[in-house]
Amino acid sequence: MQITVIINHRQVTLDVQPDDFLVDTLREQGLYSVRRGCDTSCCGLCTIWLNGKPTLSCSTLSFRANGQHITTIEGLRHEAEEFAGVLATEGADQCGYCSPGFILTVLAMKRELVNPTEADIVHYLTGNLCRCTGYQGQLRAIKKYLGVIE
Amino acid sequence: MRKYVGQALPKTDAIAICTGKPVYTEDLAPANALVIKILRSPHAFARIKSIDTTKARNVKGVECILTYKDVPKVRFTLAGQSYPEPSPYDRLILDPIVRYVGDEVAIIAATSERAAIAAMKLIKVAYEVFEPVLDFEQAIDHASVVHPEADLSCNFDIGMEKGRNICSTHTLAVGDVEQELKNCDIVIEETYYTQAQAPAMMETFRAFTYLDHNSRLVVVSSTQVPFHIKRQVARALELPATKVRVIKPRIGGGFGGKQTGSGEVFAGLVTLKTGKPAMFIYSRNETFSCTTSRHAMRLTVRLGADKDGFIRALDIENLSDTGAYGEHASTTFMVCGDKTLPLYNKTRAVRYYGHAVYTNKTPAGALRGYGATQGTFALESTVNKLAAKLNMDPAELRLKNIIKAGETALAYHGNVLGSSALESCIQKGKELIGWQDKYPRRELSNGKIRAVGMAVTMQGSGIAGIDTSSAAIRLNEDGHYVLLIGSTDMGTGSDTMLAQVAAEVLDTPPAEIIVHAADTDVSPYDPGSYASSTAYVTGMAVLQAAEDLKKQIIAHSAKVLGVTPEQIAFDGQTITALNGSKVISLKKLAEALVVGTDKSQLVGNATYGSPISPPPFIAGFVEVEVDPETGKIEPIEYVAVVDCGTVLNANLVKIQVEGGIAQGIGMAMYEEVRYDEGGQLQTNNFMQYKIPCRKDVGRITVAFEESYEPTGPFGAKSIGEAVINTPSPAIAHAVANAVGVSVTHLPITPEKVFMGMKRK
Repeated sequence: MQITVIINHRQVTLDVQPDDFLVDTLREQGLYSVRRGCDTSCCGLCTIWLNGKPTLSCSTLSFRANGQHITTIEGLRHEAEEFAGVLATEGADQCGYCSPGFILTVLAMKRELVNPTEADIVHYLTGNLCRCTGYQGQLRAIKKYLGVIE
Repeated sequence: MRKYVGQALPKTDAIAICTGKPVYTEDLAPANALVIKILRSPHAFARIKSIDTTKARNVKGVECILTYKDVPKVRFTLAGQSYPEPSPYDRLILDPIVRYVGDEVAIIAATSERAAIAAMKLIKVAYEVFEPVLDFEQAIDHASVVHPEADLSCNFDIGMEKGRNICSTHTLAVGDVEQELKNCDIVIEETYYTQAQAPAMMETFRAFTYLDHNSRLVVVSSTQVPFHIKRQVARALELPATKVRVIKPRIGGGFGGKQTGSGEVFAGLVTLKTGKPAMFIYSRNETFSCTTSRHAMRLTVRLGADKDGFIRALDIENLSDTGAYGEHASTTFMVCGDKTLPLYNKTRAVRYYGHAVYTNKTPAGALRGYGATQGTFALESTVNKLAAKLNMDPAELRLKNIIKAGETALAYHGNVLGSSALESCIQKGKELIGWQDKYPRRELSNGKIRAVGMAVTMQGSGIAGIDTSSAAIRLNEDGHYVLLIGSTDMGTGSDTMLAQVAAEVLDTPPAEIIVHAADTDVSPYDPGSYASSTAYVTGMAVLQAAEDLKKQIIAHSAKVLGVTPEQIAFDGQTITALNGSKVISLKKLAEALVVGTDKSQLVGNATYGSPISPPPFIAGFVEVEVDPETGKIEPIEYVAVVDCGTVLNANLVKIQVEGGIAQGIGMAMYEEVRYDEGGQLQTNNFMQYKIPCRKDVGRITVAFEESYEPTGPFGAKSIGEAVINTPSPAIAHAVANAVGVSVTHLPITPEKVFMGMKRK
């Protein structure tokens, strides 16, 4: 079947199978930032934005995205690099495998939450697992980036 | 004053990896790589009577289906260890006997995942099912023998008795421990169980292979041990070592899990059979069920002390479950004793002994801590019990008994401890957690109880006398350096940190040094990043290679400037002599050496292996909140005070500590491993196997008490593994202090705490 989607502001028409998931469809388009981490919608690695909302691409059927706006970290390069710089300054990037999904969620949070507290931030990002950092450095980076003072 | 060592520099690869650049294994695979799927055993122990692949072969897109009949009959080990590996050669790529639920039965390679899966479903296998060995406490002399095959071999005697399901046997004994225990005023005895923790790195195992222009097999793998994989693949596929090249791209986490090989041999075999590129990616389920986890252990500790609190005798019996195959069985077993017993050196006798046994379960392997984690839980929990029995502050009890720099210990193999700040770690930790006010417990107005607990630990830095790293650093034609190493930055930032070491020697910003790692065709030999070796062992190789290069730069400058080397001053950019009357820039010198008249490109080389493995130390303190109505435990704050010698990169080392503590909290509280009666691993995904999310770890506070390790680069020791050891015993201690329930069987779940309270 054919779908038309807007990926990072560019409209494309794609041939997909009814049981294709978005994570695979996007990787086939060369968007390698989108990764499968778990198969059970637990880890957040495959996070993309669907119409601006963080969405797990591993459990979203590709045809469901028909006519919608998809954003991956490739489409938010400047902003992502800006936050990545803050993260790296904390040393909190480590293996980086969860970073694109994590950063996309952080950037969505920035748009969604007004003056978030530390607890708000932790709650918003609960679905983004990281095995390397212990989360503390990520939190320091987010607070620095958003100017959260507590 | 150091310029670059110690600085909190960001990782050089940070922006690329954070923003999703294609730098990991899967991203680099050729688009036409065949997709590999593995048909796996549904039985814990069985013999394949017949396999019919006829229908499966006819599926469109299927390129090859391989069974045990198609593989070399050479047994090998997946353990990534220096040759001769202490792990037994007990595997075939495919074996007619399957030894756990998930063991490999057939390899399917197809042009698409759909075709591979469709074909897999059409393979018909008939099994002769045997009674499996599922309970590791019943493994020895079980009616079923997990490895009956005659061609299993060991490189040297590890105390294997395969007919009895004993994979390895070990005893370390100094003095008469039974007699000393009799002489003690107090003897504490307790048995502990630690679970088969999974590494759960975010990037699952994966590798792709292809034949290059010289018909050599190229293996691109997310591995911590490229050189070991090269040797392993060559053996398993019966290829000369010159025919295999292993490349490691960026790695999405390892934690020791990737010190063991996985899909390289399957992909490699498909490529050899078909001539085509092939890729195998483990699903999360396969990563849990069909790669390796921490060795589950049963540890019985007997600790004897006098009434003043001096520990006089330590006796630990260990039974370790290596699962279906013996990767790292004998060595994790040894490390468990070697990295715990020397902590307390007022002992008069110590003994550590027991077996690693085969069972029909997911194989065990290397995981951060490598036995020391299990041993630390058992020993430290017992020391905390001693403190309670003596009514002594557990921190004071440690200060009384711990080994200090310049001292030795009965189980320290005659070595003398070169550096330790453990004493100040303990004191600093007490301050930071507020021990004085919080120990042992206080009740909150809402009925919950807050309590504190502690533990100390040591690890090592590299494998003494065995693992040896080489490094080469080249002065390029443009005056920049290229540092070639074979260690594997799996996210730790070791590439950046090693550049800092070289930069310090060469007095140049680390950004001027290009780091290349790892490619077995290009990199100097390195065992890889494991056993907490990279900062210390590879670090010394890098330091010495840089010193070698610096010496050469000075010698050549002296020749060019017509002075003696002693008259040369080198500030990293400019070479001057005789009070600045003679000058040449490094850039000019490099140009002359490489492309000009001098014709001698300079390369500094070094090979380093250490006869000792200096331990880093950590004092861990935790405050937990326990709900006595439900048994729910919440970690409030974890304080880790660390002596890793000189801190080579302030940020990267700190994050290693925070991450290790969180992984340790996972093992302590959340990461339960369950099998069903048939031997099927039930905790095989993130729904069933809970790793900590960011709400589960509380606040982590890290501080450093630096010692100076005389044998380490700029005084550094390791950091990677020690960090995971203290949470289990410290949290168990805090829970015991809170509600009087001693949990000896990890993880410490609300259920166990609640049932413990009920029994009281």
